[in-house]
Amino acid sequence: MISFFIKRLLLLIPVFLAVSMVIFMIVHLVPGDPIDNLVQINSTPEQKAALAAKYGLDKPLYQQYAIWLGKALSGDLGDAIILRRPVVDLIALNLPHSLALGALALAFSTVVGIGAGALAAIYKDSLIDRTTMTLILLGSTVPGFWLGLLLIMLFAVQLGWFPVSGARSWDALVLPVLTVGLGGVALVARVTRVAMMETARKDFVMMLHAKGVPPWQIELRHVLRHALLPVVTILSLRIGWILGGAVTVEFVFARPGLGSLLITSLNQRDYPVVQGSLLMLAIAVMLGTLLGDVVQAAMDPRVRERIK
Amino acid sequence: MALLSVKDISVTIGKLNLLDGVAFDIGAGEILGLVGESGSGKSLTAMCVMGLLPRIGGRITEGSIIFDGREMIGLPEVELRHLRGKRIALISQNPMTSLDPIIRIGAQIDQVSTLHLGLSAEAAKARSLDLIAQLRIPEPEAIHGAYPHQLSGGMKQRIVIAMALAADPDLIVADEPTTALDVTIQAQIIQIMVELVRDRGLALMLITHDMGVVAQACDRVVVLYAGRVAETNTVEAIFAEPHHPYTRELIRCIPRLGQAPGSLKGIPGAVPSVVDYPAGCRFNSRCGAAEDLCRNTVPALERKTSGLAACHFSEV
Repeated sequence: MISFFIKRLLLLIPVFLAVSMVIFMIVHLVPGDPIDNLVQINSTPEQKAALAAKYGLDKPLYQQYAIWLGKALSGDLGDAIILRRPVVDLIALNLPHSLALGALALAFSTVVGIGAGALAAIYKDSLIDRTTMTLILLGSTVPGFWLGLLLIMLFAVQLGWFPVSGARSWDALVLPVLTVGLGGVALVARVTRVAMMETARKDFVMMLHAKGVPPWQIELRHVLRHALLPVVTILSLRIGWILGGAVTVEFVFARPGLGSLLITSLNQRDYPVVQGSLLMLAIAVMLGTLLGDVVQAAMDPRVRERIK
Repeated sequence: MALLSVKDISVTIGKLNLLDGVAFDIGAGEILGLVGESGSGKSLTAMCVMGLLPRIGGRITEGSIIFDGREMIGLPEVELRHLRGKRIALISQNPMTSLDPIIRIGAQIDQVSTLHLGLSAEAAKARSLDLIAQLRIPEPEAIHGAYPHQLSGGMKQRIVIAMALAADPDLIVADEPTTALDVTIQAQIIQIMVELVRDRGLALMLITHDMGVVAQACDRVVVLYAGRVAETNTVEAIFAEPHHPYTRELIRCIPRLGQAPGSLKGIPGAVPSVVDYPAGCRFNSRCGAAEDLCRNTVPALERKTSGLAACHFSEV
């Protein structure tokens, strides 16, 4: 298991290099020059060149990449051009908010999604199944920002249970977690339901019935356990998405976070911040996949066998 | 009194009438062979006896199944569950897919004895280890902790047999237990199974399409053809004097040592499809001696010199 973990970790190195290169290049392919945003109107070309030299923007691209990657690996992502602070500080300021929102939303979608999917599968074609699946269809088609607004109207404005926006107290997290989490609930529930129904058709399930095992035990100890394997895959893919993709929800609730940091700096063409936050997101996606692989190997002996 | 008595059961799935008045008895400690080609209704009969027919969408429309003096048809699921695994156990057709692939072998055998005999975890494990050893599997302790994919097909089928024996049932239903295995180990598995069943005095309903296996293992035979019983008799009598032409054909199809090359021929034609069973005797389309009577009138299952057969023309 440990050798598997190390092997997977080493495999991430080339992926990381490729991703970092793409992140570095994308920013340079976007039109617009950050120096234009920095200098005053009517500055001379000399003044512009001086600024470009100060930030190293006059060097060839490959040199810029090497310098950037070298520094990034030693924990220095440079200084923000517009915000004039170290990028690492900006990320350190925003990341905890993203992590809290992401982790809670992921936990919420996992627990509620698996529960709803399992109920729908066990009571297949009944009223429970149809109701759950209708709600889930609704949940998966409503965009996050709109759902967020609806939740604010109901729970914050009408009922006054939670703050409308901000991140000052714990209860400000409830509505954003619900908004981000509900989308995940829909996904997880659908995957759980289909996987359980597929597993229920397997020969070994018939054998369990032939052994006289009570149906609830068959569903929970055997069928659900198999159905969790694809759910783990889906969840691990969602980790990166939740960290960075919650940006619209962050805007709706006026919350700080990696997503908002990325969008704001993208609008301002603040290269170092864009690169830094993209890199963080990429690392999150990679670690999410790694986590998914490890959990899957822990759950399925056949996966462990394949690794050897 | 018979341990299991299947009385004229008819079974439908959707609009198809798959079994038509199938009847046979199994005495305590008796090994009954249920033979017939694919599509004759052997596995379906097994499902009826296990009380699992509703799981595959089937329904018993007529007849009754009496196990140990109790009617099984109409029994609530909870009570059927206490029969399944505890008093009637199943050995399935395909050992490769019959075990849960992500649960250790041992836990899957232990499950039966903890569930039905109320054994503690340690007692169940000890019992399973003993069973594994009785099935002549080396290193029971290692096998107990292994996962299904680490075992060969033959080993897995032995585990399925161990699972069937775990709660000391009275009747074992073995549905073509060796069909999915290599020919080289088929005889071995049958031999071990029959030995263990005889030692314990259990009844066994052995489903097979192999008359050779019947000759090797069974006390009595029921020959099924297209959802009906064609003939039933003791093994000695059926091989000595088959009454039904289908039984004669089945026996003719057993390969023998010293047979001239090319002389082994199958039964011409195929089992008719359930959607167009012929009227009268269902074997008439493949029978060399069929006459108008056979094409119009269903032959009753009648007592012959020994055993029962459903043929208008078999010598009495």
